[in-house]
Amino acid sequence: MAQVVVVTSGKGGVGKTTTTAALGAAIAQSGQRVAVVDFDVGLRNLDLVMGAERRVVYDFIYVAQGTVRLHQALIRDKRIETLFLLAASQTRDKDALTDEGVEKVIGELRDSFDWVFCDSPAGIERGATLAMKHADMAVVVTNPEVSSVRDSDRIVGLLDSKTERARRGERMEKHLLLTRYDPVRAGRGDMLRIDDVIDILSLPLLGIIPESDEILRASNLGAPVTLNNPRSAAARAYSDAAQRLLGVAVPMEMPSDRNGILSKLFGRKAA
Amino acid sequence: MATAPHRSRTFQLHGRTFLAFVLKPETPIGRWIAEADSWLSRSPGFFSGKPVVLDVSGLLLTKAKTAKLVAELGARGIRVMGLLGAEPGWTDPGLPPAISPTRAPESEALREKPQPQAQFRAPVSSRLIDSPVRSGQTLFHDGDLTIIGSVSSGAEIVATGSIHIYGTLRGRVMAGADGNPSAHIFCRRMAAELVAIDGYYRMADEISASLLEKPVHAWLENSELNIRALD
Repeated sequence: MAQVVVVTSGKGGVGKTTTTAALGAAIAQSGQRVAVVDFDVGLRNLDLVMGAERRVVYDFIYVAQGTVRLHQALIRDKRIETLFLLAASQTRDKDALTDEGVEKVIGELRDSFDWVFCDSPAGIERGATLAMKHADMAVVVTNPEVSSVRDSDRIVGLLDSKTERARRGERMEKHLLLTRYDPVRAGRGDMLRIDDVIDILSLPLLGIIPESDEILRASNLGAPVTLNNPRSAAARAYSDAAQRLLGVAVPMEMPSDRNGILSKLFGRKAA
Repeated sequence: MATAPHRSRTFQLHGRTFLAFVLKPETPIGRWIAEADSWLSRSPGFFSGKPVVLDVSGLLLTKAKTAKLVAELGARGIRVMGLLGAEPGWTDPGLPPAISPTRAPESEALREKPQPQAQFRAPVSSRLIDSPVRSGQTLFHDGDLTIIGSVSSGAEIVATGSIHIYGTLRGRVMAGADGNPSAHIFCRRMAAELVAIDGYYRMADEISASLLEKPVHAWLENSELNIRALD
């Protein structure tokens, strides 16, 4: 039975898709079977970041409507053979997703994978609520700035009320992933402090991903950043976060491409 | 002829209770509107999207004057959903519908003999919330409310009794919402957007900076909202 993880944020452009690809790839590299699922019907991007945009034949909607079988729509990654993508439809809109269709697809994925990562669309509407509905766990992607933090807070409220887990009265495990963190700007006081973000959201910290050109470069090449340049600071931060999801205690540090003073200055313990 | 009883699924009526702000103008109306204007200039958008009931009881307004008052409020973005204390004959479609409070009209008694303690019933129940209240969430409780956790910016807490927050208060909080001036508000860390007791309120800008980030106690004394640091 798979762990179903929703990667969500409320706000757009904070790094949900990058995170889905990077965490999915990092966990698949450890040998576990991973499916990454794009819920952003009509504005799909995960296929691009995974480098599979020319291999999409059938998508989520086809499976949800029962037109094709799940294994016909799953795209196996060319680099890691335990990593699969279920693409969203680019030609449809979010109304094409139905409650029953999503439940059916997630149910089937649960049976054949160890991990299912659902890449949520931005916003709090139908697409986002459907992406979180059947999740067991949530990764809340947040940038250290006020609007992103408030939107994440709103999303956490929905995770605690609109999901199947909440409906059954169970607790939803939630993790905070701080992305686009810039140690230099934070040092100048131009960003919210990490402690403040954790305090406002009252969530355990899964990782701190530094703002990095490596992420843009990896996306343009169609590779998860954890595969494209595993030694880069962003990739190491994502790999550590993936380990923490797997239950391994990895000390929290501020990864930096510049070794030495900066990384020591901003090094910190796990919250 | 089809005479069998037909049950329509499309037309259903439900009785539900809602919470609304009650605006109570005072005569002379012109001066009251001027006061409302200066008030609104300090808190623009306070009423936007909020249900408002206009209490005209005891004002002895004519139907035309009431309609004008409703229009004046409408021009300021305050949409009146109902009239309290309107004449029974005012069923004009131009006027909001007359509504009656579910309890005995306290407002009459209040004006004649100002004995604030006498007419408020004791809080009926206590409720405990042991998780943070998130942005966008609204919580209403008829009684005392205790929250173990923070109240986020953009969250709103309303209780008819007192409110205790063991966490940071960043949102809006309204105690004594049903007309209870003896309600209190406590929080462990003050960063509120709005604090109100029995309709007397202060916005973030009107709260002294020396109280920010401190544990505070808010209460009502002589119709004035007081906030002090607890240590």
